[in-house]
Amino acid sequence: MAQATFRIWRGDSQNGSFQDYNVESAPGMVVLDAVHDIQGSQAPDLAVRWNCKAGRCGSCSAEINGNPKLMCMTRMSTLDLSQPITVEPMRAFPLVRDLVAHVGSNYRAKKSIRPFKPRPPDFPDGTWRMHQRDVDRVQEFRKCIECFLCQDVCHVLRNHGLHEQFIGPRLFVYSAALEMHPLDTESRAGALKHSHGIGFCNITKCCTKVCPEEITITDNAIIPLKERVVDEYYDPIRRLFRVFTG
Amino acid sequence: MPHHPVHEYDVLVIGAGGAGLRAAIEASSAGVKVGVVSKSLLGKAHTVMAEGGIAAALANTDTRDDWRVHFSDTMRGGQYVNNWRMAEIHAKEAPDRVRELEAWGALFDRTPDGRILQRNFGGHRYPRLAHVGDRTGLEMIRTLQDHGIHKGIGFHMETTMLTLLQDAGRVIGAFGYERERGRFQIFHAKAVVLATGGIGRAFKITSNSWEYTGDGHSLAYHAGAALIDMEFVQFHPTGMIWPPGGRGILVTEAVRGEGGILLNKDGRRFMFDDIPPAYRNQTADNEEEGWRYTQGDKNARRPPELLTRDHVARCIVREVRQGRGSPHGGVFLDVSWIKAKLPNAAEHIKKKLPSMYHQFKQLADVDITREPMEVGPTTHYVMGGVRVDAETQMSDVPGLFAAGECAAGINGANRLGGNSLSDLLVFGKRAGEHAAAYAKANGAGQINNAQIEKAERAAMEPFERNSAVNPYQVQEQLQDMMQDLVGIVRREEEMLCALDRLRELRAQAAQVVVPGNREYNNGWHTALDLDNLFTVSEAITRAALERRECRGAQFRDDYPEKDSTYGAISFLIRKAADGSMQVSREPIPELRPDLKQIIEEFK
Repeated sequence: MAQATFRIWRGDSQNGSFQDYNVESAPGMVVLDAVHDIQGSQAPDLAVRWNCKAGRCGSCSAEINGNPKLMCMTRMSTLDLSQPITVEPMRAFPLVRDLVAHVGSNYRAKKSIRPFKPRPPDFPDGTWRMHQRDVDRVQEFRKCIECFLCQDVCHVLRNHGLHEQFIGPRLFVYSAALEMHPLDTESRAGALKHSHGIGFCNITKCCTKVCPEEITITDNAIIPLKERVVDEYYDPIRRLFRVFTG
Repeated sequence: MPHHPVHEYDVLVIGAGGAGLRAAIEASSAGVKVGVVSKSLLGKAHTVMAEGGIAAALANTDTRDDWRVHFSDTMRGGQYVNNWRMAEIHAKEAPDRVRELEAWGALFDRTPDGRILQRNFGGHRYPRLAHVGDRTGLEMIRTLQDHGIHKGIGFHMETTMLTLLQDAGRVIGAFGYERERGRFQIFHAKAVVLATGGIGRAFKITSNSWEYTGDGHSLAYHAGAALIDMEFVQFHPTGMIWPPGGRGILVTEAVRGEGGILLNKDGRRFMFDDIPPAYRNQTADNEEEGWRYTQGDKNARRPPELLTRDHVARCIVREVRQGRGSPHGGVFLDVSWIKAKLPNAAEHIKKKLPSMYHQFKQLADVDITREPMEVGPTTHYVMGGVRVDAETQMSDVPGLFAAGECAAGINGANRLGGNSLSDLLVFGKRAGEHAAAYAKANGAGQINNAQIEKAERAAMEPFERNSAVNPYQVQEQLQDMMQDLVGIVRREEEMLCALDRLRELRAQAAQVVVPGNREYNNGWHTALDLDNLFTVSEAITRAALERRECRGAQFRDDYPEKDSTYGAISFLIRKAADGSMQVSREPIPELRPDLKQIIEEFK
């Protein structure tokens, strides 16, 4: 069996460094297995956040050899074991400890988005009718597991730190799911423009590339939202209309 | 008062999966102040892993369905030791709870006329599961989460409760710690709802995450509440068995609902070899009929792969034991064969089972549209839990409520797939409603400082000991032991041995030590969860020893028959005055005549 060296970030918000751990690589092993192995025998206090270990809950996000990934879905066989494998926390967020990042800003941002507001039911029994073709595109967005890897890789958050002015790709996907929901009647264009910072996104598509659920974040969510903002605020006829109506 | 932050609530909900969130939403709608603590981040609870769907007799896909059929299916699946009143309430209220999710933004798959589509599942006579591909749990938890965050509820994420606070027998709050800094927290509340989920981590092979250490079961037990049905642990028939690190990860029953078949190494469809008498009338006796059923033919009967989980799991164990297993010690689950029946089978599979497709492709290099999966049983769910009143979900202890997997009653000896998500909604709502009413009717209790100091001292001990026992290793030994001695197939001498081993492991656990400090220290969390695991492991073992028969998930090699005397009793677990665990028998109340008639009608 092959040996692998894991170079894992250890430390808190003040101090930290990479430390090396050796692990026996077993067939079919994923990075989270190796981290558990290290926790169980070499570093019991190693901080890691995980839950389902099946790519469904989006808890174990990290940067593996610099790439934002879910630890539970990254097979060792996809990595070059002749070199140390670096594992570090998502760097776009404040560090809690070791591999655990503080992701609370995402939860706060979500709360600032106007919630779902359905039209009145179509039938007296309180139900609606929707067709599969109309829910398909929203279902794509609702696949999101909130791993926040898209937030981690977005330069507006990662390099410019605009967490309070820019909600980020995950929350644009969330906004798009609400805006395109066949039953929703709320409008979020104003918030997207004024407080959620959609203008900061310059569609580099980094978020789309790292999404483990393969959601086409930029093309299917962000660009249509940008178009809504443009329609609402920059359409010349509407602007003229606003001049007269105030 | 010890110098810890105190959070004041009317209703405190412990757990933020489907049941906890639904309870919190309901309590908050009743106008009381609600707090939710969750061991993980919001939206990560095990509900997110539920794949197949929510069982509710909406009758969208098959108009013959109604609550009575759902009720009788649930009772048959549970081998008639269910709390029948809970099964009745569940079947009646599930449709409204599903429609309510839609009003809160959930987007289920649709029928051609635009209603909520329903799929076939094991033990359900008609297609009954509202679903979204194979990620229904994600849809449900996200809907509840996104609705709940606008209800004025106080959320305390990554916070674990160590003990329930009591005043003159009544529960008046809870005490625990938050993970990030490891600080202790006091939650003072007029009513507490337990919604902590299951116990899967007591076993080696499980579909459950690290969180499922029986916290709610154990908290309730130590507070004086009775646990019931603890012998009934569901081993889901289809978990991944390869790669080793992925062993136990769930493979949804929806694979079989969509036409997947089980094969042994000789290519034989072995599920046809043993069809229980209670299901013979409803089960196809040839492959063609089984296929037609999965494709919606209302005159066809279900294929034997869609028999109840307890039975399918046992058939798989039989094949493996008799040398007809797959290379890694399971059997084959094949959905790729439907390409012989459907023109666009690969696309159809990817559309209906997208998570399964990715899971096998990424973790096992298996393309399920082209080749079979290897699967075997995995610890999935516990039917047993806190005994609650069917109407209110209150336990024996005033002020303490429980809902979802940590409560018991609705499922009896075996849970039908899809009944869990509906259980969470139906009884989560009821727990929230009645906890709020209780909180309005009762004042705040008095916090006992000595109780907090004791819990705090015990929690700090792993940092202070001079020993070298590693908490992960104790947990692993416990899991190996329970898997071997109290697993799918049980024998008296093995379970007696398990009780001895539990004593030894408890002694070891009293010596565990963890390095570092309290800040997000997984080793410390593992050490603190051990006591809960011991409590539930002992409860499972003691109840399983007493039930000397085979029924549902309880399979006794030494008592291979079903015994009608046990069909009329439940086993209750309580903490005795001397601290020991006591098992007692309790008669199951006689079925109401109208319900008896329904069961007869749909036999």
